[in-house]
Amino acid sequence: MQIIFDKVNYIYGKGTAFERHALKDISFCINKGEFIGLIGHTGSGKSTLIQHMNGLIKASSGHVYFNGEDIYAQGYNMKQLRSKVGLVFQYPEHQLFETTVFKDVVFGPLNLGLDKLESELRAYESLKMVGISDDLLDASPFELSGGQKRRVAIAGVLAMKPEVLILDEPTAGLDPRGRDDILNQIAKLHKEVGMTIILVTHSMEDVACYSDRLFVMNNGELVFQNPTKEVFAHYKELEEMHLAAPQVTYVMNMLKEKGWNVSCDATTVKEARDEILRALGSTR
Amino acid sequence: MEMIKAKDLSFEYIRRDEEGNVESINKAIDNINLEIEKGDFIAILGANGSGKSTFAKHINAILYPTEGSLWVNGMNTAEEKNLWDIRQTAGMVFQNPDNQIIATVVEEDVAFGPENLGIETKEIWRRVEESLKAVGMLQMRHMSPNKLSGGQKQRVAIAGIMAMRPECIILDEPTAMLDPNGRREVISTIHELNKKEKVTVILITHHMDEVIYADKVYVMEKGHLVMEGTPREIFSRVDEIKKYRLDVPQVTELAYELRKSGLDLPEGILTVEELVKALEEVRRKPH
Repeated sequence: MQIIFDKVNYIYGKGTAFERHALKDISFCINKGEFIGLIGHTGSGKSTLIQHMNGLIKASSGHVYFNGEDIYAQGYNMKQLRSKVGLVFQYPEHQLFETTVFKDVVFGPLNLGLDKLESELRAYESLKMVGISDDLLDASPFELSGGQKRRVAIAGVLAMKPEVLILDEPTAGLDPRGRDDILNQIAKLHKEVGMTIILVTHSMEDVACYSDRLFVMNNGELVFQNPTKEVFAHYKELEEMHLAAPQVTYVMNMLKEKGWNVSCDATTVKEARDEILRALGSTR
Repeated sequence: MEMIKAKDLSFEYIRRDEEGNVESINKAIDNINLEIEKGDFIAILGANGSGKSTFAKHINAILYPTEGSLWVNGMNTAEEKNLWDIRQTAGMVFQNPDNQIIATVVEEDVAFGPENLGIETKEIWRRVEESLKAVGMLQMRHMSPNKLSGGQKQRVAIAGIMAMRPECIILDEPTAMLDPNGRREVISTIHELNKKEKVTVILITHHMDEVIYADKVYVMEKGHLVMEGTPREIFSRVDEIKKYRLDVPQVTELAYELRKSGLDLPEGILTVEELVKALEEVRRKPH
């Protein structure tokens, strides 16, 4: 168990006119190496939840454990937690500030107290990991395309060598190719390095492709934390929560209603295609 | 008269160094010719860097052509005397609501636009209520915008433009940060504006499912218009769309894959219902 939340509650603006109970009794476990998708309607508490995972926000009540340690215990090293649990915010290019790409990525490890050489090695490594070519290292971050800026910001977090990588809507504002590039890089990190990934997204299609389990937030509550296909099978409930299932899931369910002998758990184009061909093949 | 007319339109971004010498020239739009009729719902697709936002900024005269011309409702955007009339005719909603929201209370931000147009008070509030209702934010009317989530802010920004009742609304990736339901709400709102109030809509987006209701779709690549047609015409050209680094709706891709595997399905399938119907036809066919 890498991350454990035990009855975590968070209330914004307690005692003011803007009081908002943003997280309600959240309990879950995430194991090392899992790929978790986190979905929920706007305002459901996703961003609040992930900021509890690296201690940026402290719970109003309840406990958070990382690698078995209570992060709210006396003397707990929060700084170290933040290097182990890396968080890439929405529009991460807003995090970029240095005069060159390379310098921006070196900043993180330097701040951790690592020496110059080690920091530079890590920066170089993580830029390679996200697919930024050498000729861009001396460029100003602000001259890059949206997708490239994203990847530099992610490299900045990767240079801290986190065990967990949380990404808050990393594909928002990117074109389809940029989106595919980023998601493929993330999937690569998951497969090759065994990094635990938590992906916050609004795209059901993206989450269907990549995540092992799906966490669904609704009005501050965690209503699902099951394997992805299981969650999408509840697509009618998802709709009531202002979400949806991938388009192909709807196709399969409609076919089933019309008497087709298909399984409804296809959530990607390839799965749906194979299942439809199989069903047609068996009647020919 | 057309709402928007572009003739031989080109635009170059010129980067200069500290001494004013030209460092680089980027031809962001290259020889665009198009006409958008009043009341149309147009979608513009293109990979990032294709020139779509640059083109959008020409429509409400944020940018002027380097070559060629653009007319909005017959007014040439290069003539300074037309500027304010053009901006009243064509309203723009950007991707990031934080760049557009200025008031400290939601309903005041929406009222800002009509107030500046000199509309009388009762009408202002009527429009504020209607617009907020249309984007599903009426119950948040007294909230401070900085307490809202990203998606909620965006809906307020859209309400703010709608309250000014422009003849034409340009939306540059307005739903990028919204959840599926929020997107549906915003797109159906825009759709209603287009059908009921006859507002010309120009939607720039990457979400292919938002494009299927457009009257016409344009695809841009490296500053050029490379495809134009109805959504059905455009999306049936799956390989070409992918070549321009774009996507098709998941259901269209599934139909394409099934066709590649030998099934006799019609081209240009855009919705779940259409695909299911077509598959039922295939099942019924004798073999």
